[in-house]
Amino acid sequence: MTGSSPKTPIAGNPDPVLEIRDLSVALPAWADRPLAVKSVSLTVGRGETLCVVGESGSGKSVMARSILRLLPEPHLRIAGGQILLDGEDLARADDRRMRQIRGGEISMVFQEPMVSLNPLMTVGRQIDEILEVHTDWSKAERRRRVIATFEDVRLPEPELIVGAYPHELSGGQRQRVMIAMSLVLEPKLIIADEPTTALDVTTEAQVLTLLKELQIKHGTALLFITHNFGVVAEIADRVAVMRYGELVEYGSAKDVLENPQHPYTRALIDAVPSLVPRKHPEPSLTAEPILTVRALEKTYGRASAGPNWLARMMPRLARGRRSAVKAVNRVDLDIRRGSAVALVGESGSGKSTLARCLIGLEQADSGSALIAGDEIVGRSRGDWRPLRSRVQMVFQDPFASLNPRTKVGDIIARGAILQGVNPEAAMDQARRLLDLVGLDAKAAERYPHEFSGGQRQRIGIARALAVKPDILIADEPVSALDVSVQKQVLDLLDDLRRQFGLTMLFITHDLRVAAHVCEDIVVLKNGTIVERGLTADIFANPQHEYTRTLLASVPGRDWQRRGLPDQLAPPGE
Amino acid sequence: MRGLRLISFIMTRLLQAIPVVLGVVVLNFLLLQLAPGDAATVLAGEAGGAPPEYVEQLRARFGLDKPVLVQLGLYLKNILLLDLGFSFRNNAPVLGLILDRLWPTLLLMGATLVVSVGGGVMLGVIAALGVRTWRDHLISVAAVIAYATPLFWIGLMLILVFSIRLDWFPTSGMEDVVAFHEGWARVADIAHHLVLPTITLSLFYLALYTRLMRATVLEQRGAEYATTARAKGLTERTITLRHVLRNALLPVITMAGVQVGALLGGSVVVETVFAWPGLGQLAYQSLFARDFNLLLGIFFLSACLVVIVNIIVDVVYVLLDPRIRVGGKA
Repeated sequence: MTGSSPKTPIAGNPDPVLEIRDLSVALPAWADRPLAVKSVSLTVGRGETLCVVGESGSGKSVMARSILRLLPEPHLRIAGGQILLDGEDLARADDRRMRQIRGGEISMVFQEPMVSLNPLMTVGRQIDEILEVHTDWSKAERRRRVIATFEDVRLPEPELIVGAYPHELSGGQRQRVMIAMSLVLEPKLIIADEPTTALDVTTEAQVLTLLKELQIKHGTALLFITHNFGVVAEIADRVAVMRYGELVEYGSAKDVLENPQHPYTRALIDAVPSLVPRKHPEPSLTAEPILTVRALEKTYGRASAGPNWLARMMPRLARGRRSAVKAVNRVDLDIRRGSAVALVGESGSGKSTLARCLIGLEQADSGSALIAGDEIVGRSRGDWRPLRSRVQMVFQDPFASLNPRTKVGDIIARGAILQGVNPEAAMDQARRLLDLVGLDAKAAERYPHEFSGGQRQRIGIARALAVKPDILIADEPVSALDVSVQKQVLDLLDDLRRQFGLTMLFITHDLRVAAHVCEDIVVLKNGTIVERGLTADIFANPQHEYTRTLLASVPGRDWQRRGLPDQLAPPGE
Repeated sequence: MRGLRLISFIMTRLLQAIPVVLGVVVLNFLLLQLAPGDAATVLAGEAGGAPPEYVEQLRARFGLDKPVLVQLGLYLKNILLLDLGFSFRNNAPVLGLILDRLWPTLLLMGATLVVSVGGGVMLGVIAALGVRTWRDHLISVAAVIAYATPLFWIGLMLILVFSIRLDWFPTSGMEDVVAFHEGWARVADIAHHLVLPTITLSLFYLALYTRLMRATVLEQRGAEYATTARAKGLTERTITLRHVLRNALLPVITMAGVQVGALLGGSVVVETVFAWPGLGQLAYQSLFARDFNLLLGIFFLSACLVVIVNIIVDVVYVLLDPRIRVGGKA
């Protein structure tokens, strides 16, 4: 049990597998800084887990890739320092030696399993390749090993999955394949670059448990890159915090998490939204209802249409066709003026479809939805126009949701102008809104690409508020943002809510975020609401099995719950 | 399972193609009515003039005196019975005439496809692997020049240089008709004749595919799965051949499929320049003879050809890319 043994002291790690000394990686001349990684020194001990934490642009991924020399040379190149694997300097090893090390002695797990696997090759073959290069085993031996490794990472029916293509697997299964790929030759070190970021929270918890377990079983060292302190609390033995390519803090997980020394580390830890629901004003039960949804349904795919003519003639040909998917299944929802409701669910739960139905981007199949008394189901595009100012949306991706060729001021003012406000007044209002969301009023004259992700999301919020909507639907507004920026945007939404009595439907997969902004919570699974109620009640006492799983899957929940009254801990822990 | 779905897909596509082809036939028929003159006037004109009664008589014999819609109806009925009519000009059934000329055209098209796609893929990969080296620059510049040069000019220049000056290749025709080659000697002779027309017709597409392939290989080499492959310890060579190439081929196949139709159009010019006895040349001659039956027959066959090639391309695509679900239109 290497993982839970007493932490080795930092300075003299007695048995390092990997030792990085003064590593610097140079960026190309046109970059905003000369070095992506600035003289970083780290060690990873045998069988231990080192988490490297940082926000986007911190150089953590570049650092990880430079160990295996996977940098896109000549744009990025190692400018100095040593990378010692059991004393051998990889920074100076030749290509032949590097190829032996890659996959054989050090392996890597990447963030997005969908794009990290070749879409045109079966996953079995993709793992087999490693054995083919590094061993002289026969085909049958290699196949046995691949299947055994698939069993190790607990993929169902390994014999079948060997012949599957990446797109035929789920996101979690794909990441298990990636992990199998990294484990198959039992390397000394696995580098995992945000391996759970693209996964759902329950899948993330399973993958983390699996990694930890396999690491202990095989005694592999793990270098884990992440931006998520919850994950750090879950698996790290030691932690290194990076910012702008430099190491700002380095120590045992316990020390860094409980007693961070550097102000940046403290800020990062503080920015993690608490799992403890904030005290919100009691929602008034007498406030007028803004949104009333009854038995709303939306089905994708061939709903009622039978098989086509050919399939009718030859039923055998119709097998394996996709049947209809009920994305939203008889959903009831009530939102009163001034309240904030979190709609929580994993990917595929139908939360985004529901939102799209509510703002008229999708037409619901049946049921009813009233926005301040007006029925929206069955409205044509033209009939929607007068309602557009009632409901507005803040979108998930701040980079894709603003027109890059339109000035920020016009983006914000356009909605109001379409509603009949005169352009001068609309522009004035746009400037006031920019000020309100914490940007300079001069931003109105600039284009979206000049702003960072967090700033763009502020612009998105200003745009949504410009038509003074009755209800604001926020679809994962912070999931594309770094954790410190995320906190600022959440605080902004909270402020705006208090200031203007905004009504909000907040869609998220992240229970922490839900707890941070909303006093009511609705849990959605496979298009059906499985649980609803006050956030505090649900967190303290989840009724539905699925809600319990969701809560138990939040990484780092125990770390954050320290010192809290016992009744807040989920049952069974 | 997959095979059955593929058969179902091909059958559906073939049946869907019937109305498309018939639409093409109707459109061609009506468009040809707009052309001034008919076979009767041309025949009469070539005979050095004829009395109007004789022209009328000719028209009645060809069925040209009936209203246009009746003619169309008759033609459609015949097409459905696979009877393409009779060419009065050549005094032979249209179907036979076309089938005689079909295989030279298919030969030229096939050779062109192989050279342009095969060569383009190869040159594109070479350019991409040595990006920003002299090989890349050489290939890229040559591609731009080939891309910008008109087809007929290339043909004429090739004849001038390689046939007239150097006397390496014959100037025209598909085989040496007076030599009476048999067996392999004939094959070699035809291949020898094939070289210049194929180069002329494929140069433009070769350049196009080279550029496309270069761009997609560069893009795919930067893809994350290529990094994964590198992290597995594979050599650059294996990564390119096994992972990148197949992914990079997909856009080229798409383009090639779309352009087969244009290839038929291009072959009219090339067949005329090189006196290649194919469909393009036949179409050119029949247009001037106002031999509409023959012309319509050629159009009909070309439409069928394009439809079939498109289905073949789709099937190839399905075989190359496991993500594409055949028959799943939901």
